[in-house]
Formats: sequence, structure tokens, C-alpha cells
Amino acid sequence: MIDLIQQPWPWYVAGPLLTLIMFSLLIAGKNFGMSSNLRTMCSISGGGKFSDFFRFNWKEQTWNLMVVLGAIIGGFFAANFLSATDSVDISEQTKAALTSAQFENPGAAYLPAKLYGLEALTSVKGILLLIIGGLLIGFGSRYAGGCTSGHAISGLSNLQIPSLIAVIGFFIGGLIMTHLLFPILF
Amino acid sequence: MKYIKFITIGFLFGIIMYKSQAASWYRIHEMFRFESFHMYGIIGSALTLGIILVQIIKRTKMKTIYGEPISFTPKAKSITRYLLGGTIFGLGWALTGACPGPMYVLLGTGEWSILIVLISAVIGTFIYGYFRAKLPH
Repeated sequence: MIDLIQQPWPWYVAGPLLTLIMFSLLIAGKNFGMSSNLRTMCSISGGGKFSDFFRFNWKEQTWNLMVVLGAIIGGFFAANFLSATDSVDISEQTKAALTSAQFENPGAAYLPAKLYGLEALTSVKGILLLIIGGLLIGFGSRYAGGCTSGHAISGLSNLQIPSLIAVIGFFIGGLIMTHLLFPILF
Repeated sequence: MKYIKFITIGFLFGIIMYKSQAASWYRIHEMFRFESFHMYGIIGSALTLGIILVQIIKRTKMKTIYGEPISFTPKAKSITRYLLGGTIFGLGWALTGACPGPMYVLLGTGEWSILIVLISAVIGTFIYGYFRAKLPH
């Protein structure tokens, strides 16, 4: 059992467990959506001085910040106590493509050093990419009214057409980045 | 104490994200290259069960643990904001391999560089809020 937990979890374990997360929040009277926390953080940092959008009672969102706190602890716990290795067993094709894009040992660690390691943090390009990526995530998720959890899981489960349009958008953007921009960047 | 359940839910969420590798840049990159079923399996099975679950909740008029009806807020109708916002989000998601949930999970694993992405995402949300009235919705 312990051995099994220490291995990476297959999709048919993770997917149903995610539904359970959504269900737990619903019966607690809340909705599953992680990107709202970014708005809450803007509000806490005084964003209300600049825009009505951040003028709301953020204390009512404390529950979601607690989910964030739990996710941080969960990540720490899973990486340190529930994992035999932090390598990611991606497909051979992906490995080959990344190798030719000068990524060293793709999948050998949880994140690529080229984007998140010292190599990235000591170059202007590396830091800029992380900043731009973050800006796009924050701007886009709020513009679209949700991210992967709010739209792709919560919204689509409730058969919301807006969520379907948003998820189509996620893929348009993701495919443009992966197939058109990524080959230029690396 | 009333927050213990939310910390627990987040804790489980963090473990699921890390252990399924959905928080790994590699899995997101692989998904957008259509070279593995893994991520589609996670989202697809979560969604299939989610659709069934929401139907059961609605038909049985299931209540929250506080005895109140479980309510679903319908999303406002529009195409522009979802398509445009979604595309912008997708660009960032594929570049960083992190969405707003896994960011915190990665922070917990000690991947400190994700802090740059997280802080930028807060600023990105601020920029949206600041220009909100001028954007097409």
C-alpha cells in the first residue's frame, strides 16, 4: 500500500479524487475555484484604492485562503513524505522534443531547470518568462472569470456554456504557446 | 476551528495535484502536445463524475452540512470575455505549466521560483481589475 502511494498516481485515481474535492466544497456551501484567491490577495494588499473590483469584504473569502494554505502544506507533505522520486515519466516523444529544444534530462525532476532552476533565475530571459507567464495567468483567469478548477471542473460539471467557451480559449492559448511560441522561445 | 475543514480539503487537493503530477510543467507541456492521455484522463474522469454528481445534487435537492440548499450560480452569458480571457490564460498556463491551484502546491514543495509566477499572477489580476471597465466583456 505504502509502495503504491509513493508511486505517481494514475489519472483514474486523481480524477475521481478531484470530483471528491469539488463535492466536499459544495456540501460545505462553497464553490471550487482557485483563481478567486488572486483577487482576494489584491483586495488585501489595498487594491480597493485603485478599483471597485477589489472593494469587497475579502474576509468572506477566508475559507478559500485556507484551501490555499492547505494546498501549500499538501504539496510539502506529498513531496517529502509520499514520494519515492520526483521524476515525471512523460512520453518518449515529449522527451525527444524537449531534448532537441535543449532541455536537459526532461522529466528527471518535477520541474524543468531551464524554466525554474538557477539557470532561469540568473538570466533576464528566464525571469521575464516567469513574470510574463504569471501576468497572463492572473489577467486571463480573472478576465475569463475562472481557471482550470472554476471552469474546466466546476463550470463544465454544471454544463455551463460560458465555461465551455473559456476551456476552448484555454486550449487555443495553450496550443499557440506550445506549438508556435515555445519553439521560438527555446 | 471552522477553517480546519477547508485546510483539510486544500491539503488533500495539494497531495492529489502533486502525486498525479498535474502540478508538473512537463505534464502540461505533454498534454498540449497531445502525447499522453494522462491529463485528459484526469480532467475527463473528474468532469464525467462531476456532471453525474451535480445532477444527483440537483435531483435529490441535496443540502449542505448546514442544512441549506446547495446552490449553483450560473455564469454570466458572453462569448468575448471567456474566449479572450481564456486564450490569455491558456498562453500563461502553457508557458509556466502552472495554474492558480498548483502554484501553491509547488510553493509547498520548495520550488521557490514559482513565487515569481505567483506574485506576477496577483499583479496580472490587479491589472485586469484596473482596466476592467475599458475591456470588452
